[in-house]
Amino acid sequence: MNFLANLGRVVLALLTEIGSIVLFIKDALVQGLTPTIYGRQIFDQILKVGYNSLPVVGLTAFFTGGALALQIYLGGSRFNAESLVSTIVALGITRELGPVLAGLMVAGRVGASIAAELGTMRVTEQIDALTTLATNPFKYLVGPRILAGVITLPILVGIADIIGIMGGYIVGTRSLGFNSYAYIKSTSDFLQVDDVVSGLIKAAVFGFIITLMGCYHGFHSKGGAQGVGRATTNAVVSSAILILAANFVLTSLLFSE
Amino acid sequence: MDETAYITLKDVRKAFGPKKVLNGINLTVPKGRSLVVIGGSGTGKSVMIKTILGIVRPDSGSIAIGGEEVTRLKGKDRDQFLQRFGMLFQGAALFDSLPVWENVAFGLIQGRNMGRKQARDIAMEKLRQVGLGPEVGELHPAELSGGMQKRVGLARAIAADPEIIFFDEPTTGLDPIMADVINNLIVDSVKRLGATTISITHDMASARKIADRIAMIHKGEIIWQGTARAVDTSGNPYVDQFIHGRAEGPIQMEILKA
Ligand SMILES: Nc1ncnc2c1ncn2[C@@H]1O[C@H](COP(=O)(O)OP(=O)(O)OP(=O)(O)O)[C@@H](O)[C@H]1O
Ligand SMILES: [Mg+2]
Repeated sequence: MNFLANLGRVVLALLTEIGSIVLFIKDALVQGLTPTIYGRQIFDQILKVGYNSLPVVGLTAFFTGGALALQIYLGGSRFNAESLVSTIVALGITRELGPVLAGLMVAGRVGASIAAELGTMRVTEQIDALTTLATNPFKYLVGPRILAGVITLPILVGIADIIGIMGGYIVGTRSLGFNSYAYIKSTSDFLQVDDVVSGLIKAAVFGFIITLMGCYHGFHSKGGAQGVGRATTNAVVSSAILILAANFVLTSLLFSE
Repeated sequence: MDETAYITLKDVRKAFGPKKVLNGINLTVPKGRSLVVIGGSGTGKSVMIKTILGIVRPDSGSIAIGGEEVTRLKGKDRDQFLQRFGMLFQGAALFDSLPVWENVAFGLIQGRNMGRKQARDIAMEKLRQVGLGPEVGELHPAELSGGMQKRVGLARAIAADPEIIFFDEPTTGLDPIMADVINNLIVDSVKRLGATTISITHDMASARKIADRIAMIHKGEIIWQGTARAVDTSGNPYVDQFIHGRAEGPIQMEILKA
């Protein structure tokens, strides 16, 4: 009996959480992404979410591209498939690793900072103060952040794609002995627009997930510094899990033909 | 001045989980009058004014302003309703990402689409009224002392010349002289702008100075209300104990019993 009661409690808590996230999404879309539009806020957030994440995302992509080239070369040599290095690096980065790794890095950086900022604003009543100044917090805080996430993540991933492929190219030509021209040619021959576009679509979804989770957990934080800390952790963990789950779903949808 | 009720709370109740905070508040404030709410710590004063603003949703009861029921306002109507208000939060609640002057000008710029330059001039003037110079306007809230933050919060609350203003402990944390400056400012807002105000305070000197009427809240109920002068002759043991700040009396008894 006790076990059942506990199980019931966990299920109820989970359902409550899902319900409150769904309501939050509704408010974020209906209130946050309709006029009045706060241009200045959107611009600020694009800088914060996008521009400031460039170094982290760029470095991640570069090293991943390089490591990928090495691995494929070593693995491929077992069945004389070393020549596939450039193609597999390009496909792996654009379709999968670019968006997922950029998403995870941005979740750690931006998701956490959104949750901490809004969480602090919540517990110090700044969000209530916004309301009393006739400013809808969904429009002023949530909308611009989500918009910035959806706009900038694809751009970040596009840049990550280029840097990641470059990382593979540098390793390939400098230490694996590929001919520079042949490497570039096989990359451009086999890489298709769809590969890149599918990655960018994923990126937009991840951008939505990250900023949404940051805002949601920040908005619902309570109980001082400890509560804000918990909100930050929850924002990062939940967006990381949702990114990986969404990646699986999107991959099966996008490549189902 | 006509004494018909402008702000009316009828049987307003609010509980947070099992904890009952407001147990049927009944309260009226006439237009252009200043009501001071006194009462012990944790008795529900801040929650009460938040229910009027809709920041806290009451579980039941009715709240009307000028005869219009406000508890169910949404969207544009709610924004318009809130434009008529100014609120000083107990903890100031300044936006720490913005400089002081933008805090004060926030309602003008975002809520009323005023140009930044004009809003800034008004903000600087309001800061002057609460005893803060223009150099303070450029600082960030984190660089201010507690009392200065409070005064910036006050400047923000009155910046748009609202019709209804709530002050949650406006003089707490201020030195006695600055407290009196703030008292005068509140009296002036009521007299000159004709604002209707509700102020929460523990400071009886301040209460006597700014109140037309005083109400005492205890355990989420209004247990006494009357004119400011009547507070000394209320004959209510709770009120007497509170205004004289005595440790002995009905309020202390309940703490000991618990
Ligand atoms: N968001 C909330 N969630 C749960 N409990 C709350 C919340 N807000 C207030 N309370 C509780 O309601 C009670 C009344 O709080 P309130 O802030 O109104 O007190 P107060 O009368 O303003 O006291 P003080 O003079 O110390 O400011 C407190 O016991 C507080 O714990
Ligand atoms: Mg209070």
